[in-house]
Amino acid sequence: MRPLSFLDRDRTVAAPGFSRWMVPPAALCIHLCIGQVYAFSVFNLPMTRLLGISAPAGGDWKLTELGWIFTLAIFFLGVSAAILGRWVEEGGPRRAMFTAALCFGGGFLLSAAGVYLHEIWIIYLGYGVLGGIGLGLGYISPVSTLIKWFPDRPGMATGMAIMGFGGGALIASPLSVWLMSRFSTPDHIGVAETFIVLGVVYFIFMMVGAAMVRIPAPDWRPAGWSPPARPPKLVTSANVHVYRALRTPQFWLIWWVLCLNVTAGIGVLGQASAMSQEMFPGKVSAVAAAGFVGLMSLFNMAGRFLWASASDLIGRKSTYFCFFILGIALYAWVPTTGRIGSVGLFVLCFLVIISMYGGGFATVPAYLRDMFGTRYVGAIHGWLITAWSAAGVFGPVLVNYLRVYEIARGVPKSDAYNLTMYLMAALLVIGFFCNLFIGPVHVRHHMAAAQAEATVLAP
Amino acid sequence: MSRQDPSGTRTLRLVLAWSFVGIPLLWGVLQTLRDALKLFH
Repeated sequence: MRPLSFLDRDRTVAAPGFSRWMVPPAALCIHLCIGQVYAFSVFNLPMTRLLGISAPAGGDWKLTELGWIFTLAIFFLGVSAAILGRWVEEGGPRRAMFTAALCFGGGFLLSAAGVYLHEIWIIYLGYGVLGGIGLGLGYISPVSTLIKWFPDRPGMATGMAIMGFGGGALIASPLSVWLMSRFSTPDHIGVAETFIVLGVVYFIFMMVGAAMVRIPAPDWRPAGWSPPARPPKLVTSANVHVYRALRTPQFWLIWWVLCLNVTAGIGVLGQASAMSQEMFPGKVSAVAAAGFVGLMSLFNMAGRFLWASASDLIGRKSTYFCFFILGIALYAWVPTTGRIGSVGLFVLCFLVIISMYGGGFATVPAYLRDMFGTRYVGAIHGWLITAWSAAGVFGPVLVNYLRVYEIARGVPKSDAYNLTMYLMAALLVIGFFCNLFIGPVHVRHHMAAAQAEATVLAP
Repeated sequence: MSRQDPSGTRTLRLVLAWSFVGIPLLWGVLQTLRDALKLFH
């Protein structure tokens, strides 16, 4: 027997009687770990004083140098999800999860060596490149498996996993702070030790997910469920090959839908603390602003599950219409909340906006499944992740530069975000029309049934 | 849930699997909620 043959796709086919409800926890094992990336910033300040301990010393790293670790990780997340998506799809979820665990856990261990030796390039290589590849593989690995297990509720199933990505930061942030406090002494900051513990814990946690995951037998269906005789117009029962999907207008329209929805959310997510304090001077303290950011994280996570589940009932296209129409109205209304000095309405606007930001991520795999079928949905999702990377650049740049531009024009700080809010509303108008133009994929792009089956059986 | 898998996965395994991911997630949510409440103080 070949070593590691237990990772093969055919070794992960579920035996009769296996409960499909074992698969969401397997997916959550992965996503709860890789969601840690959103909390990486908790290491930034401690890593600026590894030598100086109480304050940064001469040879200590600067925040600008450390910012590249997160940027690299997100970049390699997008690249690996796009390039390795087909390998993930054809090799099966267990192989992908195992590789993701090795890369993500290994990335932490390599980074620990980088901190110990005080060589930042080792951290770039460790967490940035290796960890980033682990992030990309881990992010897409359970998506198509969940969709196959839950053909009756694909939105809810993928929403659960992607909710875990949002939840991972909620665990990682306090856990990392607690570990650093345990390992730190008056003359040492315990970042390296924290990296080692996190690397080992995340590796074990992800391996449990890899061991639990199963794919359904090709002829499996949920008990009492059969595919609808007349599926909705935008839901296909055929399959489209990943490289063929990239040549359809539907893929690029969904790419823009995701990119614009994420751009609108990600920009304010990073600036929420500063924005709330500057728009309501004297009313929102730094501590209250931190509470606001925490509340946004919770709504980001909850929105992933709730909106994706709702999309099973109202359809994917209608769900995105909700995001865009509601988003346009709320962004346009935010400046008014500042003018009337209503912190409560401001918070309410942003909590709904951020729930739709998370909902956009969680609903898109099911949207892809509706348009392109289940066979290559994970790989197609991998390519779509590049929209996230692009939005990660557009969003914060738009918010930061427009604020600076407005202040330079003499606009008071409390009104400096108004233009940004109107611009975000305008971006969502474009997103609305992209969503409007999405129609069924032409049959010429569909794979023949035998071809789709052959790619399953002979990876 | 258990009606769906009479001969296979036991309810205990489902409870263990969901607890394995649910307990850390609940801990993280409670920690965040505790911080978030500062907004209302």
